[in-house]
Amino acid sequence: MINSRFFNRSELLGFLALAVLLLLILPLSLDIFRLNLVAKYLTYAFVGIGLVLCWGYGGILSLGQGVFFGLGGYCMAMYLKLEASSVANTKIQSTPGIPDFMDWNQLTSLPFFWKPFHSFPVTLLAILLVPAFFALIIGAAMFKRRVGGVYFAIITQAIAAILTILIVGQQGYTGGINGITDLRTLHGWDIRTDHAKFILYFVEVVLLFGCIVAAQFIRLTKLGRILVAMREQEDRVRFSGYSVANFKIFAFCAAAVFAAIGGAMFTLEVGFMSPSFVGIVPSIEMVIYTAVGGRMSIFGAVWGALLVNFAKTSLSESFPQLWLFGLGALFIAVVLAFPNGLSGIWADHIQPRIDRLLSSRKSKSATGMIADGAPAE
Amino acid sequence: MFGDYSISDLGAILAMQGFAGLILFSVYVLMALGLAIIFGQMGVINMAHGEFMILGAYVTWMTSNAVQHVAPWLFPGYFFIAMILAFIASGALGMLVEWALIRHLYKRPLDTLLATWGLSLILQQAYRSIFGAREVGVELPEWMMGSWQATDSIQIPINGMFVMALTILITIVVFYILFWSSWGKQVRAVVQNRVMAGAVGINTEKVDRYTFGLGCGIAGIAGSAFTMIGSTGPTAGQLYIVDTFLVVVFGGAASLFGTIASAFSISQTQSTLEFFLSGSMAKVITLLTIVGILMVRPQGLFALKVRK
Repeated sequence: MINSRFFNRSELLGFLALAVLLLLILPLSLDIFRLNLVAKYLTYAFVGIGLVLCWGYGGILSLGQGVFFGLGGYCMAMYLKLEASSVANTKIQSTPGIPDFMDWNQLTSLPFFWKPFHSFPVTLLAILLVPAFFALIIGAAMFKRRVGGVYFAIITQAIAAILTILIVGQQGYTGGINGITDLRTLHGWDIRTDHAKFILYFVEVVLLFGCIVAAQFIRLTKLGRILVAMREQEDRVRFSGYSVANFKIFAFCAAAVFAAIGGAMFTLEVGFMSPSFVGIVPSIEMVIYTAVGGRMSIFGAVWGALLVNFAKTSLSESFPQLWLFGLGALFIAVVLAFPNGLSGIWADHIQPRIDRLLSSRKSKSATGMIADGAPAE
Repeated sequence: MFGDYSISDLGAILAMQGFAGLILFSVYVLMALGLAIIFGQMGVINMAHGEFMILGAYVTWMTSNAVQHVAPWLFPGYFFIAMILAFIASGALGMLVEWALIRHLYKRPLDTLLATWGLSLILQQAYRSIFGAREVGVELPEWMMGSWQATDSIQIPINGMFVMALTILITIVVFYILFWSSWGKQVRAVVQNRVMAGAVGINTEKVDRYTFGLGCGIAGIAGSAFTMIGSTGPTAGQLYIVDTFLVVVFGGAASLFGTIASAFSISQTQSTLEFFLSGSMAKVITLLTIVGILMVRPQGLFALKVRK
C-alpha cells in the first residue's frame, strides 16, 4: 500500500520544525560567523540524505561519499578559481590568467579539463553530472556483478583513498594538499562578504528542503518500496523480475548527486576546497552523522549532521583531547544500542509519549465537551 | 623511462626495488594475516586493526626504553621479548574488545565496521594522550644495522632481512595453528557453520574470542616488526588499514594463501612502480589496478568454492 499523502502528520511536523529552526530561529539568533558554521554543517546534511536513501533504504553502505562531496566541491571551486585568476588579477605570474598554484608548479597553460569551467552553466551541470557519471561507472561495475555489502564498502573506501592520493600528488593540476584556495567571486558576485554569506545560507536551506522533498518523493514511490524490498530480500526481488542492479545504481547515483550538491555549497560557504574533505576519514564521518541521526530517517540525517557537528565544534573548542573519545564512544553507543539513531529513539520513546499526552488531552477535552454540553440540552 | 639505464643497472635496480618490495610485502603479510583471520574467517570488519598494530609498535618502543635503562646487556635480543609482549598486549586488548563489542554484532557485519571505526578513534586519541602526538622510533641493536653487500651494486639492509625471516616464521606458525592443530579445526568449523559447530560441542563463543585475540595479537607482532623499518605515530595505523583490507579482499577473503599471494603482487607492483614514477602515482596506479581487477573478479584471486 502506498501512502497517498506525501508527508504523514509526524513527518509534516518534522518538516515544519526544521523549517522554523533553519529559516527563522537560527538566522535571527546567531551572528554571521555562527550562521556560516551552521551552513557548513548543513552541507553534510545533503550527504546524509543521500546516505539515507542508499544505505538506510537500499542497504548499500558507501564509504566513499567524500568522493562525490569532493567532486561537487572541486567543480565549483574550479569555476570560482578561474574567475579569481583573471588576467588582470594574475599579472605578476609568469603565465597570467591561470590559477596561482599552476604557475607555482611551472604549468604554462590551462589543462584541458579545466577549460569547460570558464562557463557557469557548464559548471552547474558538471556539479550534478560528473559525480553521477562516476557513481554510474562504479555502481554499474559493482552491482552488475552482484558485489555488495562489505566488499562494496571497502572498494568505495579504496576509491576515496585513491582520489585523495591523486589530488595531493598532482599538485599542478589540483592545488595539492592545500586544495583550491583564495576564491573570490561567483559570477561577479563577491562571496566573501557577510551579506553574501547570509544569502548563501538561505540558498542552501532552500536547496536542502528541495533535496528533502526529492528524497521523500523517491522514498514514497514504488522505487522506494523496491529499495526496501531489496535490502530485506534481494533474491526475491530479483526473482520477481526486477533488475536489482539498476535500482541499486540509481540509489547510489542519487546519493552521489545529493553529496555533490552539498560539496558545491561547501565550497561556496567556506571559500575553499581541499583533499581533506575527500578521503577516508571525512567519508566515514559522513556515515557517522547519518548513523547518529538515524539511517532510516531523512530528517534524522539532517539533525544528525547538525548535532554531531555542533558537538564537534563546541567540544573541540573547549576540550580538544576529549573530542575523539566522545565521537568514538558516541559511535559505538549508537551502533550497539540505537541502530536507528536519534530518529529511532524519537520514534520509539518520545513520539508515543507525545501521542499519549495528546490523545489523553483530546479525550479529556472530549469528555469535557460532553459534560459542558450536557446541561445545555 | 628505461633510456638512461644500462642493462646491468636495470638488473640491480630491479633486484633492490624487488627487495624493498619484499620488505613491504612482509609488513603487508603480517598485517593482512591478522585481518584475514578476523575478516576472512570471522566476517568481522575490524577498522581498528591498524590501531592494534600501533599498540604493538608502542609496546616495542616501551620495551626498548625499559631494557636500555634496566638491563642494557639484554639489548641485542630485546626484540624477541618485545614481540612476545606486543602479541600479549594486542591479543588481550582484542579479546576484551571482542567481549565488550564485537560479540554483539556478529549478525551485522556492516555495523562492526562502524563500531570498530569508533574504537579506532578512541584508541588513536588514547595513544596521543599517553605517548604524545610525535612519532617515536626505536633504537635498533647493533647487529641489525647496516646492510649486506650482495654484489657491487646490490645492497640489502639487515633489518629488512630480519623482518622477512620473521614474517616467514609467523606465517608458518599461523598456518600450523589454523590447519593442523585441533583448535584451528574448531575455528574453521565455527566459521563454516556456527550452529552445527555449537551442536557438536564446540564452545563457539570461546573460539570466537580466541580467534579475534589471535588476529589482533598478530597485528601486534606486525606493529613490533614495523618499528624496525619505520617510526610510529598515533595515526600511523590508519595509513595502512585500507591497503591491508585491499590485500585481504584481493586475495579472496577466506583464503590465507590468497592473502599472501595478493600481498606479494601488490607490494612488488608498488615498489617497482615507485622507482619509475612518483610515490603517489605508483600508489594510485597500484590501487586502481586492484580496484579494476576486483570489479572484474569480485571474489578475489583465490576464492573458496563453497555453495552459498
